Amino acid sequence: MSARAILRALRQRRLGVSINIGLVVFVALYGAIVLVQPNYLEPGLAMNFLRRAAPLVILAVGALYVILTGGLDLSVGSTVTLVVLAASILINGDPARTWPVILLLYGMGLVIGISNGVIVAFLKVPSIIATLGMMLLVNGVALSWSGGAPRGDLPDNFRNIGRLVLTDAPVVGSLPIAVLVLAAVVALGWWGLAGTLFGKRALAIGDNPRAAELAGVPCRATRVAAFAVSSLSAVTAGILVGGFSGVSVIAGKGMEMQAIAACVIGGADLLGGRGVIAGAVFGAVSLFALFTLLNLLGLPQALRDSVQGAVLVLAVGASVWRNGKAT
Amino acid sequence: MTAASPFRRALPRRGGSIASLLTILSLAIYVGAALATGQISQLSYEGVVGLAQRTVALGLVALGQTFVILVASIDLSVATLVSTVAVLASFLMKGDPAMIAPAVAVCLVVSAALGLVNGALVAYAGVNSLIATLGAGLVVQGVLAASFTYLPGSVAPQFLALAYKGPFGVSYAILIFAALALGSSFVLSRTLFGARIFAVGGNLAGARLAGIRTERYVVAAHLICSLMAGVAGLYLAARLQSGTPWIGRDGIYDLESIAVTVIGGTVLSGGRGGVAGTVAGVLLFACLDGAFNMLGVDAFFKQVLRGAIVIAAVAVHAARTKGHVA
Repeated sequence: MSARAILRALRQRRLGVSINIGLVVFVALYGAIVLVQPNYLEPGLAMNFLRRAAPLVILAVGALYVILTGGLDLSVGSTVTLVVLAASILINGDPARTWPVILLLYGMGLVIGISNGVIVAFLKVPSIIATLGMMLLVNGVALSWSGGAPRGDLPDNFRNIGRLVLTDAPVVGSLPIAVLVLAAVVALGWWGLAGTLFGKRALAIGDNPRAAELAGVPCRATRVAAFAVSSLSAVTAGILVGGFSGVSVIAGKGMEMQAIAACVIGGADLLGGRGVIAGAVFGAVSLFALFTLLNLLGLPQALRDSVQGAVLVLAVGASVWRNGKAT
Repeated sequence: MTAASPFRRALPRRGGSIASLLTILSLAIYVGAALATGQISQLSYEGVVGLAQRTVALGLVALGQTFVILVASIDLSVATLVSTVAVLASFLMKGDPAMIAPAVAVCLVVSAALGLVNGALVAYAGVNSLIATLGAGLVVQGVLAASFTYLPGSVAPQFLALAYKGPFGVSYAILIFAALALGSSFVLSRTLFGARIFAVGGNLAGARLAGIRTERYVVAAHLICSLMAGVAGLYLAARLQSGTPWIGRDGIYDLESIAVTVIGGTVLSGGRGGVAGTVAGVLLFACLDGAFNMLGVDAFFKQVLRGAIVIAAVAVHAARTKGHVA
């Protein structure tokens, strides 16, 4: 087949396999990383890469649920910040408090997510506005609680979730705890979409809300649940971020857009009804591979924004071209 | 003009009632806070002019955002553009009055270029507007931050008149904002172009079947939006004497302009709304800021209240929506 024929076949999906655009982007970017720094092929460094990418991947998995229903969640970045600050204030260096506080953090996440969902589903506020308001609100709570500066301390048993690496694991050699958490979240996220009624309902609402309603789907409850999933994933991401980056008042800044971008690179439709977990995961690791690559190339911090923006537009443009319709 | 008549009958009532309600509410909050704290000077002529001054930057950006949202698109690149223009203006003028006109021209050309790129990505390449404008904004932000790591000098002293001088103590910036708001309102409600903007946003396929070249109107809306953001950037450069690469981002002009537009009754799905509501939304934000300052609300708690108010203000009129909102 000539290159042109392959392109045409790809466009018309005649190759039999549906190749996720996020996977293509990831393989290309990771290949480029390996060209610059060949030891990224070693399991140790690859695992380390996954460990650092874990928060973004987890956020993307959560964001996908909301995107599938046709909404957006802009509040996850500030939820990450709140989780990091609240954990350090509440635990304050006492290892015995770690697990109760983690439970409390998930409780806070649930409150944020359900509030988002209720505002969108019952008050009919468009999700971009509802979660923007929530973003300002949560960020304000986090900052006024901490007084605008990091306070308290995170004990080792909390930080280990994000940074401990098991060194004598079979096969892979080293295994970060964060990667185990990541695998569990991805598996849970995949099961939630592919294996539960809730997942099918979320897809149905995003595709055609009126039809879903007529078919008896409890639209409001499903929307609320999707926002709750997104916020819970933000809490999980926040715990990992607190683990390996420590306490900071800008811990989650900008993460909401990165999570949405990851889903979109992975082929999710922002209008809802189309997208898969694998796509969100590949999109997120692609984005992180891009950050890593730009870092290795020693590009100025600022220009990384530019490249990220260009890749984002190109990836979406490519998927528009492949599907022959606007997203 | 015949195409406009059904819109004209249906729209001002919805937009108008929200706008007047918001205006009354905003002024009540402002006056109430001034009376409660005994800061009567805030109600003097100078105090009210100061309040108007506070609406200018966000107001200009939100006017443009209204056009974009009316065609069912969205623009997340405005915050970056505001910074870019402010920095560019200071860099090009370097305090030299002779450079005012060329600098302003270059800034507006840069704004127009970004608007055209945004519009083309959305209308012709079919890229989702959130992603297209976020991506374009990131590209510009990166180039800007990489080129100017230091403060690039200040604008010409004469240029400060834009923000500080004017007839009867009302700065030229306020007059320009008022003129642009009235002009936008006229264009949207009284011209064929405006009617087509509503048509494209209300029903894209229908507008195309009616023979409207819909892509051109989407591009035009993005062009107007970027030019307005450019003017806002010029104003901020004059106000602060010198632009910094982060004033746009710190002002959250992208998300706040969307918030005030929606608070003012323009719907995100396009085709319904108008400038009057947007201006009232901007006034609400300015009055709240003024009231918070008078009451001495802590900066972080102010953010909490702002978030809650954004949600509540939209919920008040959105709650009656029939059908689905995502």
